[in-house]
Amino acid sequence: MAFTPPKARPTLHDPWYIRGGLVAAAIIFLALFLLVPLCAVFYEALQKGLGAYFAAFGDPAAQAAIRLTLLVAAIAVPANLIFGVAAAWAIAKFRFPAKSLLVTLIDLPFAVSPVVSGLIYVLLFGSQGWFGPLLQAHGIKIIFAVPGIVLATLFVTFPFIARELIPLMQAQGNDEEQAALSLGASGWQTFWRVTLPNIRWGLLYGVILCNARAMGEFGAVSVVSGHIRGLTNTIPLQVEILYNEYNYVAAFAMASLLASVALVTLLIKSVAEWRIRATEKASTNQNLEYA
Amino acid sequence: MASRSLQLWYKRLVLPGFGVTIGFTVVYLSLIVLIPLAATFAKASGLGWDSFFRMVTSARVVASYQVTFGISLAAAIINVLFGMATAWILVRYRFPGRKFLDAVVDLPFALPTAVAGIALAAIYSTNGWLGKPIFALTGWKIAYTQLGILVALVFVGLPFVVRTLQPVLQDLDPEFEEAAASLGASRFQTFMRVVAPELFPSLLTGFALAFARAVGEYGSVVFIAGNMPMKTEIVPLLIITKLEQYDYRGATAIAVVMLVISFVMLLLINGLQRWSRGANAR
Repeated sequence: MAFTPPKARPTLHDPWYIRGGLVAAAIIFLALFLLVPLCAVFYEALQKGLGAYFAAFGDPAAQAAIRLTLLVAAIAVPANLIFGVAAAWAIAKFRFPAKSLLVTLIDLPFAVSPVVSGLIYVLLFGSQGWFGPLLQAHGIKIIFAVPGIVLATLFVTFPFIARELIPLMQAQGNDEEQAALSLGASGWQTFWRVTLPNIRWGLLYGVILCNARAMGEFGAVSVVSGHIRGLTNTIPLQVEILYNEYNYVAAFAMASLLASVALVTLLIKSVAEWRIRATEKASTNQNLEYA
Repeated sequence: MASRSLQLWYKRLVLPGFGVTIGFTVVYLSLIVLIPLAATFAKASGLGWDSFFRMVTSARVVASYQVTFGISLAAAIINVLFGMATAWILVRYRFPGRKFLDAVVDLPFALPTAVAGIALAAIYSTNGWLGKPIFALTGWKIAYTQLGILVALVFVGLPFVVRTLQPVLQDLDPEFEEAAASLGASRFQTFMRVVAPELFPSLLTGFALAFARAVGEYGSVVFIAGNMPMKTEIVPLLIITKLEQYDYRGATAIAVVMLVISFVMLLLINGLQRWSRGANAR
């Protein structure tokens, strides 16, 4: 007599009306709040045709905003990358007192409102701030100038890469690095050839999230920028100005650049996550198969 | 000699670079984060307690607290409900487009807040794609009212509940549910008594994260809020307004209140995360 297995896991199947209801509710929710706004950006940008869309990028102020955004990201992302790798190395590979306090402090910028993040630099370097008179005496401008924008961006994107790397490197432990060292590799060689290949997808994921935030930061940058057209406007600030002037096509055209960055970010993130999971699976496959 | 070479060998096994990396981490953290934050508190302490208290309890400021915290709370509750449904269908069900939805959930992390703000304002204004039919059907205006702020805050907080719940649901062993069912529990009982207690700590974490994010949010709200003092003015906007009027003292006072709330939320979230990790390790 053939063995008929019992119906597979009947208890795990929710009734059809719950399945259908939940799927419908979640899809409608995500569509209303995520997909429709995303489509709206490109629709509004292209409303008056491709000519008007591309004309928006001919404006010298728009080009200056794009250049400034790229410059700020080009400074903030590498700086926070170096910090993230250094912090993750110290925190994940060594034991020391007050480690959890350090991790909490690294998280601080996530908890602070972007507007307050900008304000703290105004209070330090603005004309009313602690170093204001000193800077003025030497003719150095930080607030309402590019250095302030860079500082505010550094602050808001501060934790991204460190947060991504710390749990990843903690999970991987020190065994492989110790093996490399005992075989005679130098510290740098160990990092480049052993640690870095192990964390590369997590690193990429952290870098792209950091970059998306650096290019798109609005609140903090808005406080320190002074909105000087052609000089201290990043793309998001330019979007605000154009929008408030009812120049919707140009505003959404600039916004579509940032939306495209966001889409590429999500794409790379999905690939990176898939790769991280694939590496994890490869190492635990044996156990899973017999579990 | 032998002990010396042993010592050398042992030293090699301890990874190098601790001094440099911890030194750099602490210096960079201090320069970018800690010193500026400390300076803000120092500045606020120069205001004097009486004037500080008066500035952070004036009618317009209190109204902005009510708007910010009330609507952030509502947004976080909506995010808990729909975030739970979203996490559940992404982990438990298989349907076409699942991977796409999973990727799209992170959009609020990647899309700049100003872009989200103008897009939401365009959609939910009374002649927008969604604002128009909603206004025609119900007479509700969304953009430029408190509902508009709610929409923006739901948007920015959306990924938090989904992303904190997803790994927990993934690791939840179906055997417990099978056991409950085989002992005669209905699906509803199983969910309430077996699944829900396991999810509760991470649900609370997701709620706190979404709430904390909503409280500080600025970019996506200002375009859709209408920014009427006493009605649709959020705290971060009030700080900016004070700055634009060169009222640095007023801005600093409100910022310190927000900072203290941020720190409390951060500690709370850390505690919650430790709790949910403990609950899952069981």
